[in-house]
This record gives sequence, structure tokens and C-alpha cells, in this order.
Amino acid sequence: MDILTQQLINGLVLGSIYALVALGYTMVYGILELINFAHGEVTMFGAMICLAVIGALAGNGTGLDGGVIVLLGLLAAIAVCMAMGFLIERIAYRPLRRAPRLAALITAIGVSIVLQNLAMLIWGKQYVTFPPLLPLVRYELGGAIITNLQIFIMVLSCLLMAGLLVLVKHTRLGRAMRATAQAQDIAGLMGINTHTIISVTFVIGAALAAVAGVMVSAYYGLAHYYMGFMLGLKAFTAAVLGGIGNIAGAMLGGLLLGVIESLGAGYIGALTGGFLGSHYQDVFAFFVLILVLIARPSGLLGERVVERA
Amino acid sequence: MSTRWQKWKQNRRAAWLAYIALAVLLAALPFLTGAALGRGWVRILDFTLLYVMLALGLNIVVGYAGLLDLGYIAFYAVGAYMYALLASPHFNLHLPFWALLPLGAGLAGIFGILLGAPTLRLRGDYLAIVTLGFGEIIRIFLNNLNAPVNITNGPQGVNLIDPVSIGDFSFSRTHSLFGVDFPGIYTYYYLFLALALLVIFVSLRLQNSRIGRAWVAIREDEVAAEAMGINTRNIKLLAFATGASFAGISGGLFAGFQGFISPESFNLFESIIVLCMIVLGGMGNIPGVILGAVLLTIFPEALRYLGELQNALFGRILVDPSDLRMLIFGLALILIMIFRPAGLLPSVRRQREFGSDASVLAQEQASLYDTQR
Repeated sequence: MDILTQQLINGLVLGSIYALVALGYTMVYGILELINFAHGEVTMFGAMICLAVIGALAGNGTGLDGGVIVLLGLLAAIAVCMAMGFLIERIAYRPLRRAPRLAALITAIGVSIVLQNLAMLIWGKQYVTFPPLLPLVRYELGGAIITNLQIFIMVLSCLLMAGLLVLVKHTRLGRAMRATAQAQDIAGLMGINTHTIISVTFVIGAALAAVAGVMVSAYYGLAHYYMGFMLGLKAFTAAVLGGIGNIAGAMLGGLLLGVIESLGAGYIGALTGGFLGSHYQDVFAFFVLILVLIARPSGLLGERVVERA
Repeated sequence: MSTRWQKWKQNRRAAWLAYIALAVLLAALPFLTGAALGRGWVRILDFTLLYVMLALGLNIVVGYAGLLDLGYIAFYAVGAYMYALLASPHFNLHLPFWALLPLGAGLAGIFGILLGAPTLRLRGDYLAIVTLGFGEIIRIFLNNLNAPVNITNGPQGVNLIDPVSIGDFSFSRTHSLFGVDFPGIYTYYYLFLALALLVIFVSLRLQNSRIGRAWVAIREDEVAAEAMGINTRNIKLLAFATGASFAGISGGLFAGFQGFISPESFNLFESIIVLCMIVLGGMGNIPGVILGAVLLTIFPEALRYLGELQNALFGRILVDPSDLRMLIFGLALILIMIFRPAGLLPSVRRQREFGSDASVLAQEQASLYDTQR
């Protein structure tokens, strides 16, 4: 089996999930300049709600097909997460619109802690497993194995990202979002309801996070109340790698981080003569991030910002 | 309220009385706490003082110089591991405390410069993520450097660390003075108090020094600061190094006090909590930072009584208090920030900015720690 191809495939699958989550970070950052620390937790809720719905529907004689059950779970997760995104912005961030930026960062951390512990109270501290509802099919591709789930994750991510790009670049709503990101006060003067636009941004980001959460839990077969933390951290890293505030950058950063990580996990031992094992894969990812930022201080696709005098 | 307080402060005699009363209270605090709440709470007092030192160190980096650091706990880890490895059976080294404390501070300071040097060009949130990555890198190395050569003993951590002692005087043993018994946690309290006061003194003296004013200038507008002749590179590195050395000192004390350390104590969440302390208390303002550190150390501990509260209210325990604890902690963070966005005790400068009109507020928002927009 070709290890390089296999690691590339795994990396791209992981990377497309990172990219979906990173989009939520980058959209919110582009408009509010706020690191929405709670975003990872929204992803976790997406996974948990999907699993709760699946658990309720599967195996109690509803007679529904496995695919339909998963789809229902996914839709429920999206709906709940969108509502969560709206409420989080409304309750925790809107009152702080004119406050110092670090104040909003602390509320974001507070929301993250609350959501994590809420999930722990609701679903407990154990791992929740994703039941094998869908038949797993393996295909061979250039000496490596790719499953139907992996293909599905990559295709769905690509579709969602393309849809988002069209939304932002070519619709009225997208234009309003870009205007709000550029200059919130001026956008308001031009007749854009900036509060609504910010709410919509949070809701879209949360929907993407819900899909990503379901993907992660399906991919690894597990979900856990703590999973949002690391996933959010990686996705945020990806967003910064690509240039935070830049939508195409988040996609590129996500895919790149996924590939770097899985290649790092596969090759780090061989590169260092066995001195560093695969548990250094996170070090590898952060190290690449630091190197990229030293060369390009505003990320790969971030615009070079001219310093204001 | 504040004008009356100002007037009262001008009265020198009243001020001296207040200081003496505070000194007596601080001196008696472990005995009062021990008598009222038990030994466990004296231990919490000791930890509170460690966190005060940590928060004051981070306050220099974030509060004064405006460099958002999310990996600050790494320097605490460096200080703690330095102490643990050189004063434990792990390498069979037992260096004395007075040598280890400056060594830990110095090594942490060097790590601060190591982190600071490559990040000088980064602004705002880019700096935040790089410092976060740095903190994680240190933690992962601590976790994995048990093979092929065992340096840190990996996830098991380092055990049986020598307690802090000066000469023959061990801080972990019970001593008697004038017929009063001072158990280990009490003597540690006085040691930590002395060092915390030292850190407070250094912070106060730095605040209005040439360096301190240069830090504030960089925070408010880096380009203007450079135009005024401030060597922003060196001054920023100095902020990283000073903040880190404070963390190195408290890390060493933590290792000696605890007797056991593992990489688990130095995760990202700890960095975030220390950041919460300074923002919640009032960034850049020393009394505010101290208040933040005290509140955020004591509050989660006090929430352990939630079980008894539930028993009293409902006659039984409805929800496991340890599960409820962090939930309430998170809610408190949100509520305090919504109602007091500048912190509980904001610095005078910030208070003025908040009292004035909206345009100044907008300016403040834009210049909190970056000037890029």
C-alpha cells in the first residue's frame, strides 16, 4: 500500500473538516475581529445532537433506512446549532459591541466553558459512539484505500464551500456582509442592518460547524463533550494559517493543516531517525504555523496591511 | 465613591492606619482561615498567592505592553520543571532553593525571549495563536520527552520533589515560634506572601518607569512609539522576558510546594484562566489584577459547597456539584464582562476613556493592542 497517497487522502479528509470549522472562525473574525472561542463547542453540539437523534430513531422499530436516520440527525444538528449561533451572538457578544476587544474574548471563553459543561451535564462524560448505520465501502485508488465516507465528506465540504463563496461574492446578502466587514458604521449609513448581518454570519458559521461536527463523529465513530476544544483549536490555527478574515484562506489553511498533520504523523519518525514519534504531530502543525507566520505575518492569503500612521 | 476615597487617601494618617490594618490582616489570614474554614482553605490561600504572581507577570505582557499571550503557562511550566528536575530523586540532584529560584526565573526569561524574537512582527491575534502554539509545543515536549532519553518522565510527571528549604529551615515542616505552631502550609503562605509583595513592588515601580511608559506607548500605538525614539524590538522582548521570569519564579515555588508536577498542570486552559484573571480584574491596573487572581482562584473552590447548598435547599443533591461548578464559573465570566467590560477595577486611564464620549470609545477599541486598522 502506498503510504504517501494514503496519508494525503487522510489529510485531505481531515483538512476539509478543519476548513468547514475554520470558515466559522474566519467569517466572525472578518466582521467583528473577535476570536469566537465558542465555535468549537458549537461543532461539538452538532455532533452530540446528531447522535442523540440517531440514538432515538435507530433500533426502536421506526423502520427507517439508515441513511434517512443519519440525514434527519444531520438536519436536526444544523437547526439546533443555527439557533445556538444566533443566541450566543445575541446574549454574549452583542452587549459588548463597543467594549474593548479583550472583554469580548473573555465572554467567548465563558460561553465555551458553559457549553462544554452543559454538554457534559446532558450527555455525560462517556464517549458516545456513532452506530454503524451506513455500509462502509472501500475503493482502491493508486495503491491506497479510500472509503465512501471519506469521499462523501470531501464532496460535501467542497459543495458547501463553493456555495459559501457564491453567497459571499455574488449575492446581495454577501455584499452586505463584505460591506459590514470593511466598515461597520459606514455600512450602517448605507442602509444595511449590520446587527442582522452579524447574526446571519454567526448562523451560517454555526450551520457549517454542525455539518463538520457530524462529519467528525461519523469519521472517527465517536463523539465526546470535550471534542470541540481541540477541533476548534486546530480550525482556528487553520484560519490563521490561511490569513484570518479571508474565506478562501480558511479553506486553504484547513486543507493544508490536515495534510501537514497526517504527513507529519506518518513521516516524523523517519525524518528524525526515530527520535520523535508520531505523538509529535501537533508540534509539527504548530511549528509549520510559526514558520509560515514568520515569513508571512498575515497568513498565506491575508492581505498585507498597510500600517496606519 | 472614588472622590471620597481619594480624599481619604490624602489623609496620611488614615492611610498608614489602613496599611497597618491590611498588614495585620494578611499576617493573621492563615490562622483566621484555618480556624474558620479548615486547613484546606489555607492551601487555597497559598495557591491564590501563586496565581497573583502569575497574573502580575502576564499583566506586564498583556496589560502594559498590549501583547496578547495565550501560552503564558509555558513559562510557569519551565520554572516548575527546572526546579523539579534539579531538586528531586529523578536525576538525583538536590540543588538548594536559593540557587534554583533565580535559575528558574532566568531560564523562563530566556524562553520568553525565544518566543518573543520570532513574533516581533506579528500583531494582535496572530501573536495570540503563535503564543498558544508555543505553549502547546512546550507541553507536548514535556509530555513526550521520556523516550528515547528520559528527561521529563513523560505523562507520569516528576515525583518526590524537594520541599522549599533555606539552610536547615524546611518550609514543609511544622515550626513553633513563641509557643505558636506554624504548620508547613502556613510557613509557605508567609514565603509566598513575601515573594508576591516583591512582585507587586517590582510591578509598581515598573509601571511609571521609563520602561513602563514605553510599554504603554507601544500598546497604544506602536508606530507612534517608534517615532518617539522607543526601541520597540528591545522593549517588547523585555516585556516578554520580565513577564516570563515572574512565571518562572512562581513555577519553581509551585513545584516545591506541591512536591509533584506533571504536564497536565500546564495546559492551555490554565493560560486562559490567567488571562481571564487580568482582564476580569482590570487590565494594566495592579489592584485590579490582584483582585482578579484572588476571585478566580477562590470562586471555583467556593463553588464546591454547591452540594451542601443543594442539600439545604432541596433536601438532596440534584446535580453533582463538581459538574455544576465550571458551568457557573463560565456564566460568571460572561456576566461580569457584560456588566463591567473594562474589568472590576479598571485603570484610571481606562476609566477616563470609558467615562467619555463614544468616539473615544471607538478609538480605544481600535487601539487596544493593534493599530492595523
